Amino acid sequence: MEFDMVGIDAAIANAFRRILLAEVPTMATEKVFIYSNTSIVQDEVLAHRLGLIPIKADPRLFEYRNTGEESAEEEGSEIDTIQLQLKIKCSRNPRASKDSSDPRELYLNHMVYSKDIKWVPIGNQADVFADCCIGPVHDDILIAQLRPGQELDIVMHCVKGIGKDHAKFSPVATASYRLLPEITLLEVVEGEKAERLKQCFSRGVIDLEDINGTKVAKVVNSRLDTCSREVLRHSDLKNVVKLGRVRDHFIFTVESTGILPPDVLVTEAIKVLVAKCQRFLNELDSTAME
Amino acid sequence: MNFDLWETPTVQADGADEGCVTFVLHDEDHTLGNSLRYMIMKNADVEFCGYTITHPSESKINFRIQTRGGIPAAEPLRRGLNELSDVCQHVLNTFQARVNEFKERQEQPME
Repeated sequence: MEFDMVGIDAAIANAFRRILLAEVPTMATEKVFIYSNTSIVQDEVLAHRLGLIPIKADPRLFEYRNTGEESAEEEGSEIDTIQLQLKIKCSRNPRASKDSSDPRELYLNHMVYSKDIKWVPIGNQADVFADCCIGPVHDDILIAQLRPGQELDIVMHCVKGIGKDHAKFSPVATASYRLLPEITLLEVVEGEKAERLKQCFSRGVIDLEDINGTKVAKVVNSRLDTCSREVLRHSDLKNVVKLGRVRDHFIFTVESTGILPPDVLVTEAIKVLVAKCQRFLNELDSTAME
Repeated sequence: MNFDLWETPTVQADGADEGCVTFVLHDEDHTLGNSLRYMIMKNADVEFCGYTITHPSESKINFRIQTRGGIPAAEPLRRGLNELSDVCQHVLNTFQARVNEFKERQEQPME
């Protein structure tokens, strides 16, 4: 999603960007219980890959799990944990022809995809989340490759966390902003020079208008410019334009991993900033009372 | 004078000047620090406002406010927090209104 924020200062726009990347909570696999892994992928590498798979579960419906008191084997309650299971075994395909060498024909289940991850509801989760299926966002993430006789038997616990703790909790593929470019022509450019000027910028930025028979260059849409500054390489054109940025017009680009839609992510990020301010206001008030 | 916020608040008096205070904010970084500094600098009573991250491994910031006219430093801090909160609320409302408008416009060609 792309949206424009106009009239705000860089400090606050940057704060939103930082919060989108690191402080909007999501659910991701934290604990991986490997009961059996005879594949060629090492346990820790497999666990790392599983942690990075985005899980489609609305984090606003879950609580944080408080660490510390619970031992490592603690199951976790239904309010803060999602349990997922991956149980797959590769076997030889009895129906394959004698002399084929294509692994897709020879073996069954030799590629472990994220669609093989199943949700195991704990407690009342089956009723609460009956309509929205909890599982990986994308079905076609390749996790591991197996050969006959190898199997994976894994149970995963997903908890709520923020990107600051580990990047797997980041809800955005990326979030960035750029400033709106501002191109001003300092003098009238016409004819062949105008043609060359048009070539210097990205397509659609400069248009040639027909005034009294000659073509005159006009800035039509500076938003499309990628700011390559090609025009400054030409000695006769570089004094004709002034390249700059509009200081308070931010063009945000937010790409979500699929857990939450990008407009929801932006609203959540703004709420996180409000919550931070509130926290300190409450602290101020409570210390002032003492 | 040091205020330790979000942990056991300890106040160390730095003479009698209440206008120059360094607040220690825990679990914060540039995200809140820079935006809060921007909001507080707009206040005309504030003579100096800045923040530093003492060490990048520790997530705490030293936020210093110096006021002119003997105003207690907690006041511009409170005002800055409220104003930042208001700015965010306004952004939230405007954004949600525009998104709803956009979604309605998307649905109209189908009707």
